[in-house]
Amino acid sequence: MADRDERRFAEVSRDSVKLMAESAGAELGDDVAALLAEDVCYRLREATQSSSQFMRHAKRRKLTVEDFNRALRWSNVEAVCGYGAQDALPFCPVKDGELFFIEDRDINLVELALATNIPKGCAEAMVRVNVSYLDGKGNLEPQGTVPTAVQSLSEDLLKYYQQITRAVLGEDPHLMKVALLDLQSNSKMAALLPYFVYVISGVKSVSHDLEQLNRLLHMVKSLVQNPYLYLGAYVRSLVSSVMYCILEPLAASINPLNDHWTLRDYAALLLSHIFWTHGDLVSGLYHQILLSLQKVLSDPVRPLCSHYGAVVGLHALGWKAVERVLFPHLPAYWANLQAVLDDDSVSNAQVKADGHKVYGAILVAVEHLLKMKAVSPPADGGSGAQPGSAGGAVGYRASSPGLSPPPEPLSEAALGIASHLQAGGAGCPWEEWTPVPLPAMYCELYSFFGDSLAVRFSTGPGFGSSPPGPPARRGDARKEPCGPASNPDTARKMPQLTANLNISPRQDGSPRTDPPPPSLAATGPARSLARCSSSSSSSSVQRSKSSVSRLGQRPAGPTRDVFPKARFTSPQTGLPVFSFLIGGRQMGRRCQGRRPFQTTFAPTPPLAAAPPRAYAHKLPVIGRVGKPVRRWAGSHYSLHLPL
Amino acid sequence: MAAVQGGLVDAVEEKDIKTEPSSDGTGNNNANDAGPPSASPGSSAPSAGSNKSAAGAPEDQQTLLAVLQFLRKNKLTESVDILRREAGLPEDSPDLKADDSSGAGSGAAAGSGDAEGGDASALLSRVTASSAAAAPPAPTKASGEDQPDVNVVLSAYSQQGDPKLYPVYYNGLKRFIESVLDCHRAELSQVFYPLFVHMYLELVYNNFESEAKAFFDKYTGDQECYYEDDLRILSSLSKREHMRGNETLLDFRTSKFVLRISRDSYQLLKRHLQERQNNQIWNIIQEHLYIDIFDGMPRSKSQIDAMSGSLAGEGKREANKAKVYYGLLKEPEIELPLDDEDEEAENEEGKPKKKKPKKDSMGSKNKKQDPHAPSQTRIPLPELKDSDKLDKIMYMKEATKRVRLGPDNLPSICFYSFLNAYQGLTAVDFTDDSSLIAGGFADSTVRVWSVTPKKLRKVKSAADLNLIDKESDDVLERIMDEKTASESKILYGHSGPVYGISFSPDRNYLLSSSEDGTVRLWSLQTFTCLVGYKGHNYPVWDTHFSPHGYYFISGGHDRVARLWATDHYQPLRMFSGHLADITCTRFHPNSNYVATGSSDRTIRLWDVLNGNCVRIFTGHKGPIHALAFSPNGKFLASGATDGRVLLWDIGNGMMFGELKGHTDSIYSLRFSRDGEILASGSMDNTVRLWDALKAFDDLETDDFTVATGHVHLQDNSQELLLGTYVSKSTPVIHLHFTRRNLLLAAGSYNP
Repeated sequence: MADRDERRFAEVSRDSVKLMAESAGAELGDDVAALLAEDVCYRLREATQSSSQFMRHAKRRKLTVEDFNRALRWSNVEAVCGYGAQDALPFCPVKDGELFFIEDRDINLVELALATNIPKGCAEAMVRVNVSYLDGKGNLEPQGTVPTAVQSLSEDLLKYYQQITRAVLGEDPHLMKVALLDLQSNSKMAALLPYFVYVISGVKSVSHDLEQLNRLLHMVKSLVQNPYLYLGAYVRSLVSSVMYCILEPLAASINPLNDHWTLRDYAALLLSHIFWTHGDLVSGLYHQILLSLQKVLSDPVRPLCSHYGAVVGLHALGWKAVERVLFPHLPAYWANLQAVLDDDSVSNAQVKADGHKVYGAILVAVEHLLKMKAVSPPADGGSGAQPGSAGGAVGYRASSPGLSPPPEPLSEAALGIASHLQAGGAGCPWEEWTPVPLPAMYCELYSFFGDSLAVRFSTGPGFGSSPPGPPARRGDARKEPCGPASNPDTARKMPQLTANLNISPRQDGSPRTDPPPPSLAATGPARSLARCSSSSSSSSVQRSKSSVSRLGQRPAGPTRDVFPKARFTSPQTGLPVFSFLIGGRQMGRRCQGRRPFQTTFAPTPPLAAAPPRAYAHKLPVIGRVGKPVRRWAGSHYSLHLPL
Repeated sequence: MAAVQGGLVDAVEEKDIKTEPSSDGTGNNNANDAGPPSASPGSSAPSAGSNKSAAGAPEDQQTLLAVLQFLRKNKLTESVDILRREAGLPEDSPDLKADDSSGAGSGAAAGSGDAEGGDASALLSRVTASSAAAAPPAPTKASGEDQPDVNVVLSAYSQQGDPKLYPVYYNGLKRFIESVLDCHRAELSQVFYPLFVHMYLELVYNNFESEAKAFFDKYTGDQECYYEDDLRILSSLSKREHMRGNETLLDFRTSKFVLRISRDSYQLLKRHLQERQNNQIWNIIQEHLYIDIFDGMPRSKSQIDAMSGSLAGEGKREANKAKVYYGLLKEPEIELPLDDEDEEAENEEGKPKKKKPKKDSMGSKNKKQDPHAPSQTRIPLPELKDSDKLDKIMYMKEATKRVRLGPDNLPSICFYSFLNAYQGLTAVDFTDDSSLIAGGFADSTVRVWSVTPKKLRKVKSAADLNLIDKESDDVLERIMDEKTASESKILYGHSGPVYGISFSPDRNYLLSSSEDGTVRLWSLQTFTCLVGYKGHNYPVWDTHFSPHGYYFISGGHDRVARLWATDHYQPLRMFSGHLADITCTRFHPNSNYVATGSSDRTIRLWDVLNGNCVRIFTGHKGPIHALAFSPNGKFLASGATDGRVLLWDIGNGMMFGELKGHTDSIYSLRFSRDGEILASGSMDNTVRLWDALKAFDDLETDDFTVATGHVHLQDNSQELLLGTYVSKSTPVIHLHFTRRNLLLAAGSYNP
C-alpha cells in the first residue's frame, strides 16, 4: 500500500511528523505518528487540489505559493508565509544524513534600509495594441519573423537600419564596433533581420575587398549572437554567405599579399559557431554543408585556396566531419597536393606556397582528428592494444568490419546534431562510411605526413618526459618481440599494409616514398594484396580507382625532396621509419614514441600537463606556417593536447 | 441503519413467502418489487406493514421517528404531517399508533400499501418511481438534499457487505457486460463508473482501507479517461474521516448519477442482477443512480461519450423539456438620423424632450413578434435613457459599416497585450463600443484604459459641481474634471484577485468579482466604488452584466449563481443546482435567461423570471471556462479546459457541434456580430476562428433526434476551422468583436 501511495502522491513520512512534534515539544508514539502522517498527506493533497482552482481562474499554468495559501486560507488553515518570492528556492541536502532544507538566507534589514540603490519599482502595467492579422491573413509563424502582410518598417527602424549598415561598412572602426555590439544585443530589430541578411548576402559583390568581407562576417557574427533574434530559415542564407567566404576563390585572393587565409579561418570558425548554435533551425544543414565542402575538396580544378577553405571548414565543424569527409578524400587529394608541392619551378612558387598552406591545414585537421579519436571512447581499444605485430594486424582485418559503433561524437551529441549526422540522407556518399579504427587511421596518416604527424603524438608527456630511448625501448621489445623496433623494415611495413587493407592509399604513399627499384619490389606484393582486399569492400572501390589513376600520374613528380624526409629516407636506409632523424631525434627514440602511443589508446589517461613544447623547430621545413598553428592553438583545437 | 436492515432480514424472512406473490401481482414497475429476493426485505417492509413481526416493527418505527424528529427540527411541518399520515404515526404516542398503523395496513391491500409507501418517499425526497422506495434511505436523501449533513448522507453507506466480495461482484458485472451484445455493451458500460465510485466509497466508509485500495487499483483502469480528475481525488481518499468535508464526495452522495439507458439494455441488466442475486450492486443502482429509460435503439459508444463526462452523469431528458424563449426582444424603434447626423446628434443631446414623443410613436408600431421571443415585459427591464438611445443610434450607424464576415472574409485581429502585468492579469473586458478596456489583476486592482484617444476623466467634486451652469448646453462636458484626464485609472477596493469583470452596456459602470467574496460596482464617472455586493461567502469566479443593464449575475465557489439588480444589495434570485463551483456566467441576449458553466462539467440555463433551471447541458470533460450566446439567441457555445468547444441548440437542448483543435483550456469565446464566425481563445496562445454559420446549417433537426435527445455528431472540426492565429507567448483570455466586426483579443505576455 505504501508503495502504491508513493507512486501516486508525495508522502510525508512518519519520521518527519515525529520530528515536527519533537520540535514542538510533544512526544508521539509510532502509531500516532503514522496516522498523523497519513492524514497530513491527505490534507496536503486536498489543499493542492483546491489550490489548482485558483491557478485555473488566474489563467496561469504555474501553481504559485499564493494559490496554495489561498486554498489553505479558505479551508481555515493558517497560510504559510515567507515563500512568496517569484524565483525558485534552492533545495539543499545536508551533507550527512538524508535531510533537505530550503536555503533561507538572513536579510540584513539595516543594509536594506540604508541602501542607496533603491529599486525603482517595476514599470506600470499598460496595454499596447498591434494588428496581428489583417483580414485573417498573416504569418502562421510566431512573431519575430516579419509578417509579409505587415511589413512596413517604422521610421525608427529604417533609420536604425541605415545607421547600422553605414557604421558597419564605413570607415570608422570604433563606430563599427559600437554598431556590431548593438546588433548583438538589440532586442527590437527582428523586423530588420531580412534586410540585414540581404546586406550580408552582398558578399559576392565585394569579394575584391577583404576588409568589407571581414565586416560583413562580423555582422553575421553579431546577428547570430543576438539572443533576441529568431533566425529561422535565414540561417540558410547566412550560412551560404559564410560558405562563400570560406570556399570561393575570392577576387581578393589573386593578390598574394592579401591575407585571405585569415578571412577563411574566421569564416570557418563562424560557420561552426552558426552551426552549433542554430544548426537545429534548418534540418539537414550539416549534411548540406558537408556535401558542399566535399564537393570543393574533390574538385581538382578548384584553386588551392578553395581547398584550404574546405579543409578549415571541415576542421571547424569538428573532428567527425574531418573523419567523414577529409580523411577518405585524403588519398585522392594527396596526389594533387603532392604534385604541387613537388613542383619547384619558379612559376609555381606562389601555388606551392598555397599548397603548403593546404598541407598545414590538413595536418592540423587530421591531428585534431587523431587526438579526438584517441580521447573519445576507444571502441577499438581492445584490438588497438596490439597494433605492432602482424597478428594484431590480422586481428584488425578480422574485426574492423565488426567494430560497429562509430565512436560517439562527443560534442555533436550534446548539441543534438548527432541526428543530422546519422540521418545521413539516403544516397549520401557517406552512407556506407564505416569508421576506420584509430591505429589504422594513424598508420595511413603517417604514411602521408610521416613524422610531421608523429611528432605531435610522440612528444606527448608520456614519452617526451622519459628521457633516454634505450631502456624504454628495451621494455617494449620485451613485451612485443616482433614489434617494429626490433624488426626490420619489412616486418614494420607489413602490418601497416595489412592493417589498413581497405584503405588502398597506403600503397600510394609507400611507393611514392620508395626510391625506384628495390623497395618497389618489396612493397609490390603488399600492394596487390591490398588492392584485392579493397575490392571486396564497395566503399573503397572508388578510392582504389583513384589510386590507380594516381599511380599513373605519380611519376610526373620527380622531385620529392620537398616532402618530409621520412618518406624518402626510410626505404633507403632499410629501416624505413626509424632510420632518420628529425630535429636531432634518434630513430630509436622515434619508434619508442610511436609504440607507446599506439598501446596507450585504450586507457588514454590524460597525463599530467606536460610542458608545452615548441613544435615549430621540429616541423619539416615546409608547409607549416607559424600562423595557423598559433591561431588554432588559441582555440580549443589546440595542438598541445597531451596524449 | 445497518442494524435496522440486518435485523429486518431475519424478521421478514418468514413473511416473504406471503408477501412476494402479492407484490408481484401488483405489477407496478417499481423495480424493487422485481428485485432480488434478499433486497426485497428492505423495500417490501413498508408495503408489508400488515405482516410486520414484533421484532421488525419497533426498529422500523424508530427510523421513522428519527426522520420525523429531523423534519420537525428543520421545521418541515408539512412533511411531518404527510409522513405521519402515511406511516400512521400519532402525535405523541408512537408505540400505540404503531399498532394502529399495522392494523390499518392489514386492512388495506398489500398493493395499495406499496403504492402509499412509494408516494411518501416521493414526496419526501422527490425520488423517482424507478428508484428505491425503501424507507430508510429515502429520508436520508431528503435530508441530504436540504442540507448536506455528512453523517446523515454517509449513513447510506453503512450497509455491511463482505469486502472480499466487492471485486467479485464488480467483476461479475463486468464479465456480464462484456458478454452482452455489442449494441448494449456501450450503454451498460456507463454503469461502471458510478458503481465503481460508490463501491469504493462504501469500502472506505466501512473502514476496509486495504480492500478499498486493492479494489481501486484493480478497476481504476477500466474507467473512462474523462473521469480521471475525479478518480484522482477519489484515490487520495482512503479513510472514513477524509470523507467528511470532501466536496466531491458530497456531490456524489447528494445527487444521483444520471444514466440514459434504453429499455432493452436496462432489462438485460436487471435480469442479470436478478439471476445472480447481486443485491449489493442492485442496491447501489437503486439508491445512487437515476436511470433514465428510453424506448428505442440503444445508443452507440460515441453518442454516449459525447454526452457524458459531467460529475453527475447526463442531464435528465425532462430537465431539457421546458420551453425556452430564446428569441430576441424587439428593439425599441429609434429613428435613425439620416443625413445631418451630427446636427441630429447634437439636437438630441441638447433637447432630450424632443426625443420622447418620437419613441412613443414608434413603439406603437408593432412589428411581427418572434414566436420564440419572450414577451417584452416578461421581466421588467429598465427604461431606455436618452444616452442609451444615442448609443443605439451610434450602434446602428456602425452596423451599417460592419464587415460581412464569412469563410472567405475573415476578420482582422488586433491583439491587446498587457505589458508589465506582473500583478497577474486575471480578467479582461471591453465595452461594447470598444472604447474602454478593463483588466482585473491578481493584486486586487482593477485597471481601466481608454482605447481611444479620449482620455478618462473623473466628474468634478461636489463643491465644484455646484459652480457649474446647469443650463448650459455642454453641461455634460463641464462636469468633467480636465485635471484628472489620463489614459488609465486604477480602482482599488478588492482584497483578493479579481477573477471576473464586466462593463455595463451604457459604459457608466463596471462590475468586478473577486476572491474576497464580493462583487463590486464601480462608477466610470467618478472612478470610485459604488456598491459592494456581499452574498457569496466564497470566491466569486465570474460576473456578467445583463445586455439591458441593471441586472447582473455572479457565480462562484459556493455553487450558487446569484442574480442581482444594481440597486438591491441582496440578490433577487439564487440559482442552485450545480454540484461544483460556478466558473463562468453569461446573460442571454434577451436578458430573460442566464447560463452558468461549472466545474461539475455541466452548463445550466436558468430562467431569470422564476429561477428554474431550464436546460442542463452535459458533454464537457473539464471545467467550463467560457460561454457565448449567438447574437440571435438561439445557440450557445461553451469552452472548457478539455480544449473543446461545444455548440448547443437552446431550443431543443441538444448538442449539435463539437469543435476540436485547441490544445489547452479555452478561456474566451465570442460570436461575430452577425453570428457567422465563432472565435475562441485559449491558453495555447492561439485564436481560432470557426465557421459558425456552417455549423448551424449542418444542424439536423428531425423529430426523432429531438425526441430521444440522441446526438449524432460528425467530426467536422477541420472543415469548420477557418483559421488558427498564433500569438507570441500570450494566452488569449478575452475576445471581442467590435461593432464593425474587427476582432480584438487580449492577454498578458507570459514568457
